[in-house]
Amino acid sequence: MSATIRVASFISLMLVSMQSWAEYQLNMRPGVTSFSQGAYGIHTMVMWICVGIGIIVFGAMIYSIIMHRKSRGAVAAKFDDNLTVELLWTIIPFIILAFMAVPATRVLLAMEDTSNSDMSIKITGYQWKWHYDYLAEDISFFSNLATPVEQTQNKATKDNNYLLEVDNPVVVPVNTKVRLLLTSNDVIHSWWMPAFAVKKDAIPGFINESWFETDKVGTYRGQCAELCGKNHGFMPIVVKVVSADDYQAWVAGKKQLAAAAAESATKTWTRDELIEHGKTVYATNCAACHQVSGEGIPNVFPALKGSAIATGPAAKHIDIVTHGKTGTAMQAFGTQLNDADLAAVITYERNAWGNNMGDVVQPADIKAAR
Amino acid sequence: MSAVIEEHHGEHHDHKPTGIGRWLFSTNHKDIGTMYLWFSFTMLFVGGALALVIRAELFEPGLQFVEPELFNQMTTLHGLIMVFGVIMPAFVGLANWMVPMMIGAPDMALPRMNNWSFWLLPGAFGLLIASLVMSLMGMGSAPNFGWTFYAPLSTTYGPASTDFFIFSVHMMGISSIMGAINIIATIINMRAPGMTYMKMPIFVWTWFITAYLLIAVMPVLAGVVTMMLFDRHFGTSFFNAAGGGDPVLFQHVFWFFGHPEVYIMILPSFGIISQVVPTFSRKKIFGYSSMVYATSSIAFLSFIVWAHHMFTTGMPVATELFFMYATMLIAVPTGVKVFNWVSTMWRGSLSFETPMLFAIAFIFLFTIGGFTGLMLSIVPADFQYQDTYFVVAHFHYVLVSGALFGIFAAVYFWLPKWTGNMYDEKLGKLHFWLSTISVNILFFPMHFLGLAGMPRRIPDYNLQFAEFNALASVGAFIFGFTQLILLYNIVKTIRGRNTVKATGKVWEGSEGLEWTLPSPAPFHSFSTPPVVK
Repeated sequence: MSATIRVASFISLMLVSMQSWAEYQLNMRPGVTSFSQGAYGIHTMVMWICVGIGIIVFGAMIYSIIMHRKSRGAVAAKFDDNLTVELLWTIIPFIILAFMAVPATRVLLAMEDTSNSDMSIKITGYQWKWHYDYLAEDISFFSNLATPVEQTQNKATKDNNYLLEVDNPVVVPVNTKVRLLLTSNDVIHSWWMPAFAVKKDAIPGFINESWFETDKVGTYRGQCAELCGKNHGFMPIVVKVVSADDYQAWVAGKKQLAAAAAESATKTWTRDELIEHGKTVYATNCAACHQVSGEGIPNVFPALKGSAIATGPAAKHIDIVTHGKTGTAMQAFGTQLNDADLAAVITYERNAWGNNMGDVVQPADIKAAR
Repeated sequence: MSAVIEEHHGEHHDHKPTGIGRWLFSTNHKDIGTMYLWFSFTMLFVGGALALVIRAELFEPGLQFVEPELFNQMTTLHGLIMVFGVIMPAFVGLANWMVPMMIGAPDMALPRMNNWSFWLLPGAFGLLIASLVMSLMGMGSAPNFGWTFYAPLSTTYGPASTDFFIFSVHMMGISSIMGAINIIATIINMRAPGMTYMKMPIFVWTWFITAYLLIAVMPVLAGVVTMMLFDRHFGTSFFNAAGGGDPVLFQHVFWFFGHPEVYIMILPSFGIISQVVPTFSRKKIFGYSSMVYATSSIAFLSFIVWAHHMFTTGMPVATELFFMYATMLIAVPTGVKVFNWVSTMWRGSLSFETPMLFAIAFIFLFTIGGFTGLMLSIVPADFQYQDTYFVVAHFHYVLVSGALFGIFAAVYFWLPKWTGNMYDEKLGKLHFWLSTISVNILFFPMHFLGLAGMPRRIPDYNLQFAEFNALASVGAFIFGFTQLILLYNIVKTIRGRNTVKATGKVWEGSEGLEWTLPSPAPFHSFSTPPVVK
């Protein structure tokens, strides 16, 4: 209902004032990199050439429709061929195309030149999240959708960055040529950042290259652009471009976090701590398939609530979460999560939704099982 | 003796089998053509219903009607059904009806094969739709990897029903190849005396070229699904990098089929428009021979542009440049065709019956689709368009307001010849105006969505895309339900109550052999070949 009202108000607004166009994005955005602006320029040029040709062709048709109607007494002329015009409308379009091809080639060559980069980030697509690896910094992390599921299910108000919010954004310094190395862990994904005009497929078993450099500090949002399964619409990309100082501070912070995580993997946790942390890990990594309720989707994703594995021996449970199950969507989370996260999520699964096993899995158990 | 044969032949002429056997064992080009057309029309409503589920879900942000898993099945089956179940069978149905009549032949060259070509289709689509029915009944997922079924999503990660899909595609392919062989054999061997190649109606020419495209690329599609089958069950790794294969190889093979396929779905419509526009302009087609050469050029170019669907896969820059230039070239012969149609109308004596209205809408809207096609060929800009709603808008402009509007024009154009009754012109015009307005409400906003950054094939989206999605959904529902007017009009024309009887010529400006036959056309077209001067 609210959408109906929105459409109605939108149409009336459009009619009333041209200012309303600013609110609704009609055209490509120029973006913040040299080649996103190049792509925008070519897009604009080709579009206006098309509009010009359209005005001529459609104008001739409309003139003919109005003036050459039988009901106005028009009598059909006898001509049915003319070599000169046939040649003209073959050659002129050819020249126009050549005119478009020159700048297109120039921008493309610049886009594909990944040499002399200042830093490299390896990006790996997963069903359905991105993994970033800062090759020189020893920083790596997963970046998951952060929009609460209640918003998707229409139980909470959607905010402005609905479906375009992640837990761990990519952070890069301004005025730096960042080379991207793209690959995938499972199916083909495509890393698309509209503001940079970077769209490159992440293909399992192969590495693609791309790059960007911008002088505009800001937060940029994009999405996966290649159908990659159920949650293809739910793996956004957020890049924060910051000053060099802020970047250094972020790097230091990330390294501290990594050290803290390493420490937490060796200590012994209480059951409550594990369950509390496990609930967060579960929501980020498991709920997409097994659902928040633990009930899964019948015949597609198995339920954990009351399942043989979650209510059976802990060793088997640890094994399947750590090593995955080949031939299914169940991934080997041992390569994605640390010992503490794994211990927490397994403990949570064994004690949630009425799976009252009462037992506790510690990081040390995971380490032993790896 | 000859008198006896003559008499026997006369008897046979009126013999029309009755009951279900007439359809099941039919070798008659008109009956088979009719079955193709009804099959296509049925599938239009099935595929359309799936599209309306998609548009209902996308009416508002958030998940309302279908879960993402089911949403992907909807987009996949919508695409497969519309491409293989609606556009292609409708064209084959039109070719069956019209090619023998237009070239002065009694029937198709290979009538029994014709029967088999058709009867494979209900099997193929029964299998495909069965997978969706099973999915709705909770027995696993239907194909959910998009109509382009990229590996490894469709191989390693494909649902069990992928094997149904593979078998179904094989059957469609065999059907198409046999249909194409039949059309080529008919055109080469059964033209009336005096009908040289350069005297053939343009519709026959476009189908002649389309048939060669089909024979060239349907085996490639069969090859790629067979490789999938082997990867899935027999331990090969064509598309699996872990086994030494390459997922991008899939895309090369698929689009080597897929791009000519795009032209398979538009060339016959070009032919239809080239029949309709001269008729209602009361003027000969402008530049007949350049039309034939342009169609042939498009067919040739269609084989060397496939990788423009794959600019983001990380090809070498030289390859990207080659495919960009080759793709841009297609604008030249396509432009020639549009210019020729406009010149045919120029200084004609125009009238605007429903077929002409659809033909004019075709020229306008297909040209818009052509413009966006040119924009998509420019690689740096394509990086921004690829896999967004801009692409969705582009191919729906060429396939719905292009190919499908061409089919609508053909149905109104030839329906009086098929049934002997005039269709209801008022309803035809109503159908035209509602379709043309709603198709633009449906697809034009998708250009804006794509440029603003909305990826395709997503069940839910950011709030900035809400207004145009809601608008598109409104257009979709109007467009969908408008097609019931066409159904009603066709049924009314066939039943023939309160309709005007059609003359043999039907239209004032008709030219060509099919209009020399009475309306409705007799069960067997030309028992004695007419002579073309």
